[in-house]
Amino acid sequence: MLEIKNLHAGIEDKGILKGINLKVNAGEIHAIMGPNGSGKSTLSSVIAGNETFEVSEGDVILDNESVLELSPDERAHKGVFMSFQYPVEIPGVSTTNFIKTAINEKRKANGMEELPAKDMLKMIREKSALLEMDRKFLSRSLNEGFSGGEKKRNEIFQMAMLEPKLAILDETDSGLDIDALKIVANGVNKLKSEDNAVIVITHYQRLLDYIVPDFVHVLYDGKIVKSGGKELAHELEEKGYDWVKNL
Amino acid sequence: MNKYTEDDLKKELETQEYEYGFYTDIESDTFPKGLNEDIVRAISKKKNEPEWMTEWRLDAFKIWKEMDEPDWANVKYPKPDFQEIAYYSAPKSVDPNKTLDDVDPDLLAMYKKLGISVNEQKKMNNVAMDIVVDSVSVATTFKDTLAKKGIIFMPISEAIQEHPELVKKYMGTIVPTIDNFYAALNSAVFTDGSFCYIPKGVKCPMELSTYFRINEGGTGQFERTLLIADKGSYVSYLEGCTAPARDENQLHAAVVELIAMDDAEIKYSTVQNWFPGDKNGKGGVFNFVTKRGICHNNSKISWTQVETGSAVTWKYPSCILKGDNSVGEFYSIAVTNNYQQADTGTKMIHLGKNTKSTIISKGISAGKSQNSYRGLVQIGSRAENARNFSQCDSLLMGNKCGAHTFPYIESKNKSAQIEHEATTSKIGEDQLFYCNQRGIDTEKAIALIVNGFSKDVLNKLPMEFAVEAQKLLEISLEGSVG
Repeated sequence: MLEIKNLHAGIEDKGILKGINLKVNAGEIHAIMGPNGSGKSTLSSVIAGNETFEVSEGDVILDNESVLELSPDERAHKGVFMSFQYPVEIPGVSTTNFIKTAINEKRKANGMEELPAKDMLKMIREKSALLEMDRKFLSRSLNEGFSGGEKKRNEIFQMAMLEPKLAILDETDSGLDIDALKIVANGVNKLKSEDNAVIVITHYQRLLDYIVPDFVHVLYDGKIVKSGGKELAHELEEKGYDWVKNL
Repeated sequence: MNKYTEDDLKKELETQEYEYGFYTDIESDTFPKGLNEDIVRAISKKKNEPEWMTEWRLDAFKIWKEMDEPDWANVKYPKPDFQEIAYYSAPKSVDPNKTLDDVDPDLLAMYKKLGISVNEQKKMNNVAMDIVVDSVSVATTFKDTLAKKGIIFMPISEAIQEHPELVKKYMGTIVPTIDNFYAALNSAVFTDGSFCYIPKGVKCPMELSTYFRINEGGTGQFERTLLIADKGSYVSYLEGCTAPARDENQLHAAVVELIAMDDAEIKYSTVQNWFPGDKNGKGGVFNFVTKRGICHNNSKISWTQVETGSAVTWKYPSCILKGDNSVGEFYSIAVTNNYQQADTGTKMIHLGKNTKSTIISKGISAGKSQNSYRGLVQIGSRAENARNFSQCDSLLMGNKCGAHTFPYIESKNKSAQIEHEATTSKIGEDQLFYCNQRGIDTEKAIALIVNGFSKDVLNKLPMEFAVEAQKLLEISLEGSVG
């Protein structure tokens, strides 16, 4: 589904990603771990198409097609979703209105009719229940005055609504207490299927107790220095990131 | 995407008119350029006005001659040469040879986006309407309903003939001729406008809009509106149109006077979309408007405006809260793009006891435009327990535009409570990327953010007007973030 080939990217002259290779198949969960500044968030931004970063070499291929020339919204229409580490606030725009717009834009881009209001409401009810969200939040301005945990839960709610093919969760665990973490992880697990894939980006092993990855990759200084199964996360937790510096 | 070149269209329309030998007819009915006593008399005569009206105009003209054009507003423009303007031009008639095919396709596309009916499109472009039955019958039903309630709603020129006692009694009492340069000019040369009287205790059953004042197209350059809500009555009045209003007159100086008697309520909503000039700031209407209302005991006046057009806007809809317990409200969205300049706001003059005013102003600047809020909250010495709440928010798009706030507060009574809040924000790259990531493209994202920003004011508009205004905001800002 996703193939990243020798990806180099950075801001202006500063290289951040220095040759990433990664293959993600449908039905898989991949975890990317690494110390601060290793390039984890840059990698998710580049996959999503954030133009702040410049790709100098390599390719990002989704369903056998390079997406580097596509804008972020076009990539979203193809099924890429990124849960933000710091979701933005949009005053005056309710979460319901926002997600309705997002869903209908995606449908429009894929040649589908707008989702009838009745179906939209039904879906909103289901998905907010899945994430044990208070529906009051949905009529409030997007992320405005939300706590860190509420913002993250809202991200996963949007993911549930958009049903992406490829979901990238960028530090979704940061700012979550253990109860919220379980709810969010549970939500992600329920959305997982044989047709979609998830990339979990995290600093800590904690989240991976609840979202169990098929593969773990360790990112250091813009490169994947080690890959393995879920046990790699535990090893990393034990030995600390200093260990990878010497790999 | 904002590439409809209205200048081109205007030129095209002018030449077409010549082609059909249509413009020459009109010309015979247009006065020579310049302004003097004879012109003022001629306008009055043309309208078949009684002598008191002629004298009123002449007095105004004398006053105007002695006045100077104000220059305190935060706008820069070449001062119009008042002797280079023709002050009377007969309303444009329908051109039988013209069809919608003659109208710029870009403009038609814009109408479509705004959801404007074919008939309305024709009306706006002086195209003869073939399906008149509907609109005529609507107008007739409408007039019947109003007449049964004793509501008077007609062009002010007719009101001068038919209800001189009302016009004579109230005109110029709220905006006196000497009020300002443009008000004086308007008083001397106004050509038409609306007159409305709601009798005691009557709730006007529908939104009054100039649209229904059928067969009165082209309200002209110097519009004059007088609206009187008698004791305990209610009226909601809509002015303007969301469609791009083109007009070869560069200078517009309108006067609107509202009178809310005891226990009356007036809601006055405006959507202003005069030609703003092209992308390079060429052309465009200068809009200098004086709007003011007076509130007697327990009455309420609410101004709501959405300003997206004009090259230069100078406009401060105000309330004189004379009566005890009276309420004044001002809700405004002002959008400026390209080289537009707007200096707009309100004055809330608290004279009575327990008077309350609310000001919510939302300024959106894009391109190289300048957007200023200017407001005065004045509490008189006898206005016990007066309260005001003001909120002025500015939204900037790009880094070449400007937002300015000039709040003036004068309080002569210690019991007054005055609150002022102001914010300035910018549409951030991170907000846009977030929307993009969810599949919402940049144009749509801007529309969403702007609508969220303006929501408090849009909510104050009558329902259908609000939907149109929302679309208008989107269109006005199209292509404003590169």
